Amino acid sequence: MAGLELLSDQGYRLDGRKATELRKLQARMGVFTQADGSAYLEQGNTKALAVVYGPHEMRGSRSRTLHDRAVINCQYSMATFSTAERKRRPHGDRKSTEMSLHLKQTFEAAVMTQLYPRSQIDIYVKILQSDGGNYSVCVNAATLAVIDAGIPMRDYVCACTVGFVDETPLADLCYAEENGGVSSLALALLPRGGQIALLQMDARLHQDHLETLIEAAMTACKGVSKVLDEVVRQHLQEASVLTGE
Amino acid sequence: MKDTPLSNCERDFLLKAIEEKKRLDGRQTYDYRKIKISFGTDYGCCFVDLGQTRVMAQVSCELVAPKENRPNEGIMFFNIELSPMASPGFEQGRQSELSVKLNRQLERCLRNSKCIDTESLCVVSGEKVWQIRVDVHTLNNDGNLMDAASIAAITALCHFRRPDVSTQGQEVTVYSPEERDPIPLSIYHMPISVSFAFFQQGTYLLVDPCEREERVMDGLLVIAMNKHREICSIQSSGGIMLLKEQVMRCSKIAGVKVSEITELISEALLNDRKARKAGGKCGFAESMPQERITALKKDETPVEMTDVTETANGIIQKGEAAPQTVPSPVVPVPGVGQVGQGLQNSWGLEDDDEDDYEEEKNDNSGDEQVEEVTKMDVGEGDVVEISDSEEEEVVILNPEVPEKPKNTGSKSYQKGAAASKKRQKK
Repeated sequence: MAGLELLSDQGYRLDGRKATELRKLQARMGVFTQADGSAYLEQGNTKALAVVYGPHEMRGSRSRTLHDRAVINCQYSMATFSTAERKRRPHGDRKSTEMSLHLKQTFEAAVMTQLYPRSQIDIYVKILQSDGGNYSVCVNAATLAVIDAGIPMRDYVCACTVGFVDETPLADLCYAEENGGVSSLALALLPRGGQIALLQMDARLHQDHLETLIEAAMTACKGVSKVLDEVVRQHLQEASVLTGE
Repeated sequence: MKDTPLSNCERDFLLKAIEEKKRLDGRQTYDYRKIKISFGTDYGCCFVDLGQTRVMAQVSCELVAPKENRPNEGIMFFNIELSPMASPGFEQGRQSELSVKLNRQLERCLRNSKCIDTESLCVVSGEKVWQIRVDVHTLNNDGNLMDAASIAAITALCHFRRPDVSTQGQEVTVYSPEERDPIPLSIYHMPISVSFAFFQQGTYLLVDPCEREERVMDGLLVIAMNKHREICSIQSSGGIMLLKEQVMRCSKIAGVKVSEITELISEALLNDRKARKAGGKCGFAESMPQERITALKKDETPVEMTDVTETANGIIQKGEAAPQTVPSPVVPVPGVGQVGQGLQNSWGLEDDDEDDYEEEKNDNSGDEQVEEVTKMDVGEGDVVEISDSEEEEVVILNPEVPEKPKNTGSKSYQKGAAASKKRQKK
């Protein structure tokens, strides 16, 4: 609120985007050889790495095994150099644990865990550079990693953070917009069925604006899903060329 | 320790009842349980009862140095303690999943929504600010801790009074409550969270789930709103998939519920203020003899008693006739009693073996009443070979023998031993 105009009169935001424009999304799959699935995703200046191990035998406490489906274990952490000030506790603090729980919940809804009873799937996500929309970027990166690992999912899980300024919803917030006192809503969507896997909102927003905001978030997520789909097809094409099919 | 697991039949029963729109305690789908708010002696202490769920919130303040990046804002700190007192499943060591979830949700509901003016908590910019600490303790868990905790926290914050301060340049004087009246915090609005439980993959929805309903639910949606219909936070948890229409519907219901609860809180605060002004004693010591807070007492249920006798008679007459009374025991033989006629034994054993064993049993328990399973078909005097052992000699005793063996007290497990004992007697 220190004089930064989040939405100018001509409709341009701080970084020159229009209200409904997403940041540039670039991704690569299969970046690590050791993991079963991995992906690196950049959304604007936010960079995240996701790694998937599994499905494998239950490690650690055997008592948490589920007899009819797989257990999904998520860990979210931020690199100490990811924020402007050095992060003193990269994992184990309440925010990271909460994010891990949210990721777990999102993927439990999307991954077809009934196919792997008594197993465990591990998803590890690390933020290398944080410039807003941390949760959304993590979800997108983890989706690609799960696809890379060959674990069947019901649909792509796409996430986007949207904000509300001057009666206009802004799609894909950056750090300055998130901390500028804008009410932000993070939504994880399965685009084909329009089902919401996770909905999270902070800061005050009048009830009447809720519907417009959710609509804007769903449109943004559908846009993200198109890009992710492109990335996956590209990766498959490259892989098939290399194996000489 | 671990919680007792929910049995399958209980789970099925709950789900079936929810499908038929029935709840365990008779509430409607959108009904809250009875909310009771009471205060302690100190300012900032508050008890909230949501049905049987009970939580306690305490607000305290301290002068500290502010954060570097926010030199002229006070600090708010929230903490929910899940003590084993509330439920056997809670453990003393923190950081269980539920604890993290509740803490984060309360933080987001109260801190991110900026319900308290933190700039008014600044005393000397960059050096001394007030740190307000809200501790919520769960005392009894009967479901929906989140809502109870949020009501308790915001009520305690509204009730709290901080000491007055005055600054002389760099010197800060904190006045005790006797010197100057403590001042309340400046609160912009009261965010209250409302929980919605989803069942059967989002088909059924309940407001304010109790503990049993929480165990069988698929997912939870928590919406925090204030009475101006501003949404302060939304959080969906659990592995359910929601549709946009469901979320909109829930937000509308939440708006209605929040205005009701806010009215209740304002009323409770007003009553407490009146009681304190009137000089009446208030607080825990007073509420104990009145049993306001120390007992989870069940309120008296009003029962219509005016025409109980007539209604009772009517019910009895309309009901089916009483079952046939059991005939009194028949004594065919001294020492043997028979009540009713037994059923045909369907075990498929030979009749002979059975009668043998029965005779032994009858004689062994001489004084007790014994139910004979079948009438004896084998004629008396027949010797039946049960086993090939030569040591055992089986003797069938005539039931008409009036002599009762003296040592009937001990039960002998071997047929052979019993028989030999009897033989000696004879």
